[in-house]
Amino acid sequence: MSQPTIVVVGNGMVGYKFCEKLISRSNQFNIIVFGEEPRIAYDRVHLSEYFNGKSANDLSLSTSSWYADNGISLHLDDPIQEINCIDKTVHSLKGAVIKYDYLVLATGSSPFVPNIEGVEKKGVFVYRTIDDLDLIREYAANATVGAVMGGGLLGLEAAKALIDLGIKETHVIEFAPRLMPRQIDSAGSAILQSKLKQFGLSIHLNKSTSEIAGDDKIELLKFNDDTSLAVDMLVISAGIRPRDELAKLAGLQTSSRGGIIVNEKMQTSDEHIFAIGECALYNSMIYGLVAPGYEMADIVVTYLTGGDKSFYGYDMSTKLKLIGVDVASFGDAFITEPDCRTIVFEDTHKGIYKRINISNDGKYLLGGILVGEAEAYNILLQTVNNRILLPPNPEDLILGARGGEATEGAGVMSLPDDALICSCEAVSKLDICSAVNDGAKGIDEIKKCTKAGTGCGGCVPLVKDLIAGTLKANGQYVKNVICEHFDYSRQELFDMVKINKLKNYDLVLDHFGHGDGCEVCKPVVASILSSLWNDVIVKQDTIQDSNDRYLANIQKGGTYSVVPRIPGGEITPDKLIVIGQVAKKYGLYTKITGGQRIDMFGAHVNDLPNIWEELIEAGFESGHAYGKSLRTVKSCVGSTWCRYGLHDSVSFAIEIEERYKGVRSPHKLKGGVSGCVRECAEAQAKDFGIIATEKGWNLYVCGNGGSKPQHAQLLATDIDSATCIKYLDRFLMFYIKTADPLTRTATWLNKMDGGIAYLKNVITNNSLDINDQLEEEMQHLVNTYHCEWKEVVENDELRKRFVHFVNAPGEKDPAIKFEPMREQIKAKW
Amino acid sequence: METILDIEWILACHVDDVPANGGACIKHGNEQIAIYNFARRGEWYATQNLCPHKQQMALSRGMIGSEGDSCEPKVACPFHKKTFSLLSGECLSGDELQIKTYPVQVIDGKVYIGIV
Repeated sequence: MSQPTIVVVGNGMVGYKFCEKLISRSNQFNIIVFGEEPRIAYDRVHLSEYFNGKSANDLSLSTSSWYADNGISLHLDDPIQEINCIDKTVHSLKGAVIKYDYLVLATGSSPFVPNIEGVEKKGVFVYRTIDDLDLIREYAANATVGAVMGGGLLGLEAAKALIDLGIKETHVIEFAPRLMPRQIDSAGSAILQSKLKQFGLSIHLNKSTSEIAGDDKIELLKFNDDTSLAVDMLVISAGIRPRDELAKLAGLQTSSRGGIIVNEKMQTSDEHIFAIGECALYNSMIYGLVAPGYEMADIVVTYLTGGDKSFYGYDMSTKLKLIGVDVASFGDAFITEPDCRTIVFEDTHKGIYKRINISNDGKYLLGGILVGEAEAYNILLQTVNNRILLPPNPEDLILGARGGEATEGAGVMSLPDDALICSCEAVSKLDICSAVNDGAKGIDEIKKCTKAGTGCGGCVPLVKDLIAGTLKANGQYVKNVICEHFDYSRQELFDMVKINKLKNYDLVLDHFGHGDGCEVCKPVVASILSSLWNDVIVKQDTIQDSNDRYLANIQKGGTYSVVPRIPGGEITPDKLIVIGQVAKKYGLYTKITGGQRIDMFGAHVNDLPNIWEELIEAGFESGHAYGKSLRTVKSCVGSTWCRYGLHDSVSFAIEIEERYKGVRSPHKLKGGVSGCVRECAEAQAKDFGIIATEKGWNLYVCGNGGSKPQHAQLLATDIDSATCIKYLDRFLMFYIKTADPLTRTATWLNKMDGGIAYLKNVITNNSLDINDQLEEEMQHLVNTYHCEWKEVVENDELRKRFVHFVNAPGEKDPAIKFEPMREQIKAKW
Repeated sequence: METILDIEWILACHVDDVPANGGACIKHGNEQIAIYNFARRGEWYATQNLCPHKQQMALSRGMIGSEGDSCEPKVACPFHKKTFSLLSGECLSGDELQIKTYPVQVIDGKVYIGIV
């Protein structure tokens, strides 16, 4: 007998997950997938990132070859039109007729569009698919004022998308008296609202839209209270409706309020037909999250492969970041007295709201709401789900222990083995701990072998804690120390050197290290000393990496390259001539670098001081191409010459490069300033990138080119030049103080708990209350700038060190040889 | 006694020519020799200047330090950070590489290297 055929209707996240789970457990099925959209399955949860640099490809859950590689026949852009339950066949739009043994409906949901007059007008959109987003993006280019109908989770996501698209004025219109009515209470909503206002969102509650007015396109929203709002575009996000039309047509049992009715095995009224995900109605409830959808997929796969597993509802707790604000709701979030007791913490200054509901006997946590700060979410959820006994002072759960003994027992390691850590992939604590015991180290390996953290990613901090906890329990806990000579992280050592005002390497080693140091800790300490005291680095030349020791980049064969600073890439003809003359005189190979300056290669160490003497005489300064420090701030031509330029990007790039030149950091730093959104300076590929807007500048941070390119992320929008520099001061200093050695800003951010939202909170909201200090420290570095080469050229003792043979200072290294290439030289070796 | 007779002590440089806790290179005929002033321990070392990994004349410009519980003195080539024991010349970063080492004497502010 041939393999049973399974037809999957719908190629969304749940449909895809079903296929993935099925092929991992059995190869006995012939799988055929029909999708309405023209794309392979993609990540709808992170859809808004489409406007934040991610491409459709980035959002894809797999590759197009994945289906073929796994023997799945995929029909895209071909929705099923009809199901014949008697013949057990499906009929597609393009005419395919397939006989199935089992049918899985994963048709998802569609946005609910209320029947308001004018809803068909141009400029009115829904927010569900990549196609919707493309339409929104196209229209937004010519829109100034945008509105979102619906203040729920998706509505706020859509509002964020409009902000990211550069809509100047974004409104959110909610029918209910509060935002996210399904997740948070009124007090939480009030805090969220005030936070969102800071991001430029205007929020209108208790508003019911009566008409969408305008000639063929939307111009005005009219409300029931006789007010109105002029808008250029509207995104409707007023809830979802299960896609049950196909099931209804086939005579399957559906609910009058929408949804395909299923039993605990996800079977519809026809036992050969299953429904999973947002289209399925179990126990009168639609589960509109991805995790329960995956669980439903798992139940059907288990059934088909001969196992026994049932669906008994699902925990709808969620934690998410909305426009940089953490919002979480877990367990029974809305239960009130007298059925429970509540503990509430509210801080309107910092914008934090926390509420926990505990049982009347004070023993158990029932649920709660977190707004503005949700770090405790994972552990609180675990406390609810595993019915963990509460400590005597349950308020410690949201406030932290304040004096006295810290609350023990709430840590991750005290969770029971079967505690569900990753609900998207149903991974338990035991699964993760076992993987660590079997040798998996670090979150990436755990993701690979258990799939934990690969769904929504919300459990990643908890998984990290479990990894650390398990390693520690096994006695293999490894702290992120610098090297065998220092048992501290770079950040710890930075603070210790600062507090103790240590100014040289030997003192640091004597105080905090042991042994004689090495090639790892020496440059780290050198960088810390430099970032703190900004002394002339060649005074401690033997702790510098070779490039820093000779203030030039060592190249093949042992020669050095010379890069004078050319701020913003702007250079006068006279200076160009000097570079040409110097290069010619010392026989150097010249090349334009990627950072808009000129590199001269092939210099003997003996010649370096003379070369620099001539360059400095002509007004050049060190370009710090050899240092872990600011390299260049690349600029486009800007408004002075370019007909598209909004602001003078060159002047701003020069100002910034001049400000941060010479500042030592954990790794090199590159910047860029573009005068308009065309982004000719490629600023979003830099550690910090600034792009002109109509109103000011958008500041992006933590981008990277190199081997793992990464787009910079938006830190602030429409800020003026002074604010931009202030934010840069804070950002750079925060990075300098906290990053691990040789960690670029992109990796630093990737490792940061809370990511860009956390960073944004630190830099723009002063959440750590350190911004004054950061600015002061940066100002100190700016004030103490010196050209390192000038110091050497003017100091005979320092000059003396630039020789190859100390017993024959006039002689150059005879091992260095060159050969000609394209009218210049290249190293021969 | 015989071993000492086999060694020719050459005057390499002055103590001041080699930075504290760093290295410098001297020329001996056609040979390049790296000398290290391990001031932290009051010790001097000398090795060939050529890093055998990628044939670069660079060891004298490398950072020195120590490794392990025995505090084995070492130098790291500035090119690719291969490290070598200053005592035995053995590569400590796991490659099958070896460098030549030389005995060093410091007398009256002058540094002498023993050439076999």
